[in-house]
Amino acid sequence: MTGSKPLFFIGLLFIILCAAIIAATGMGFLKITPLEVIDILLSQLPGHMTSTINPTFPFVVMEVRLPRILTSALVGGGLAVAGAVFQAILLNPLADPYTLGISSGAAFGASLVIILTILGITIPTWFSIPIFAFIGAMATLIGVFSLASTDNRLSSNTLILSGVIIAAILSAGIGFIKYLADEQVSIIIFWLMGSFVGRTWGDVLTTSVIVFPGLLFTLYFARDLNVMALGERTASTLGVDSGRVKKMLLVCASLITAICVSVSGIIGFIGLIIPHLMRMILGPDNRVLLPACFLGGATLLLCADTITRAWLPSEIPIGVLTSLIGGPFFCYIFRKKQLALNS
Amino acid sequence: MSDTPLFQLTDLSFAYRNSPVLKNIHLQLNRGKFYGVIGGNGSGKSTLLELLIGTLKPSTGTIKYQNKHLITYSRKDLATKLALVPQHFSMDFEYRVKDVVLMGRHPHIPRFSSPSSHDNKTVEDAMKTMDILRFQDRPVVALSGGELQRVVMARALAQETEVLILDEATSNLDIQHTIAIMRVMRKRVKENGLTVIAAIHDLNLAAAFCDDCLVLKDGHIFANDTVNNIFTTDLLQAVFTVDASVKQNRETGSPQIQFSYQ
Repeated sequence: MTGSKPLFFIGLLFIILCAAIIAATGMGFLKITPLEVIDILLSQLPGHMTSTINPTFPFVVMEVRLPRILTSALVGGGLAVAGAVFQAILLNPLADPYTLGISSGAAFGASLVIILTILGITIPTWFSIPIFAFIGAMATLIGVFSLASTDNRLSSNTLILSGVIIAAILSAGIGFIKYLADEQVSIIIFWLMGSFVGRTWGDVLTTSVIVFPGLLFTLYFARDLNVMALGERTASTLGVDSGRVKKMLLVCASLITAICVSVSGIIGFIGLIIPHLMRMILGPDNRVLLPACFLGGATLLLCADTITRAWLPSEIPIGVLTSLIGGPFFCYIFRKKQLALNS
Repeated sequence: MSDTPLFQLTDLSFAYRNSPVLKNIHLQLNRGKFYGVIGGNGSGKSTLLELLIGTLKPSTGTIKYQNKHLITYSRKDLATKLALVPQHFSMDFEYRVKDVVLMGRHPHIPRFSSPSSHDNKTVEDAMKTMDILRFQDRPVVALSGGELQRVVMARALAQETEVLILDEATSNLDIQHTIAIMRVMRKRVKENGLTVIAAIHDLNLAAAFCDDCLVLKDGHIFANDTVNNIFTTDLLQAVFTVDASVKQNRETGSPQIQFSYQ
């Protein structure tokens, strides 16, 4: 990609994201027009007075909807970037935090916090959950790789198979821990299928503290990632310390995944769908692809969450919705890949 | 300057896990020469080349590049001096041909900078040399094996290094492109002082274009000499166990091998 086309496209995605945030904020049980939303947002700035008639609107926008919407956007962007990074590093178009089992690992780690509480150890959960999620994600990453490493070529299928197996075990583990803790089924479902219900500004803050620096970090290595598409050894002969870059970015993508999971549970396939769509439109250059994935992922998950929140008669877990879209998409890519291999 | 050897390998050995591949290699390679590396399958040719470019580290012994240990060079530094055309190459992402060739400029372009006009010109020249300008906008995944190999060669040329290491770089090419590429290499060795170290399976090709040949057998250097001394009936029998007669090409004076197929 050269010239101004990618920049134009990224600008367009940014505008779409902003529009989606404003439109989604207005949707729900209480209908608020986009103009009123903008008015309420402006009234938060010092020196602006709101002109809205209904006094409950600012509360609904600022305290209920906006935190949830921004959290879902950050999680969607984070998962898409993590997916794009996993795909670029592993040279595997099927890799994403969900298919590699990293999401389940993070959720399992986060669930372990409950055991701590049972044991009487109390650490503030805003701190302990992300930390445990990260440890869970890293442990799973190592586990999946060592399981797959019996296949010397670390082929796509072996890696994904290992990821799916480990994810299945971990998901059962999460259910078991939650059962031990005597928690209600709905809370178990939160971790296994994801939800943005009741997200607060605190969640927005913790997510952005990791996701934005993570995005910048991956962008710093975007060109190295491009060269690594030539294969690890060839990249080395072009001056890229591929072993080191690979490790750092795997940790970075796992960290992003962990923070996303710790605020929203397991949400699958965003990291698969978005990088593919963006690559189809913009080509594989990571310098353009990564920011586009962030914006596209944010928009998609935000819209999906708004559908379950505002449109459906009763809210279904967001992970169910993304898996319903993402699962068939996975089949499509898998088949396309197999056909390409056999031709 | 010309007295210092480019590569100096001292008592070098290499083993994958516990199976030795190269044993007690002593070798000196000089600047401005076209070296052929020949030997049967599994004789350690690729391993030797990977050791020279630094993607493998010797198990024992040392490699010096211009009197400095190879391991003391930074990767980036090395990438401006040595380029490799690997034996196998595949790419899963749909980068265009010219994007891949531009990746050869990676060590020369500072982070966050755009390619300079010199970078673009080098890429263009490399594509012209490899006869791939026609499909510079096609995605690499859509190319045939031979076309892809030319793209990888162009990428290595764009790297503008003083040493080019080729691991059977012409094995997938038709005869027309093979000869064209070998001629380009030969010319650059002669005129620009480039050093080429190439693993070659086609012995006649090696005989026609190389100055010197290293013959590897079972992880040892069996012989290291000028092509005229290397290509003899006795050596071919000893290394490859084939019967062949060697004549001199009347025009070029280089040896020409005729195998006995019966």
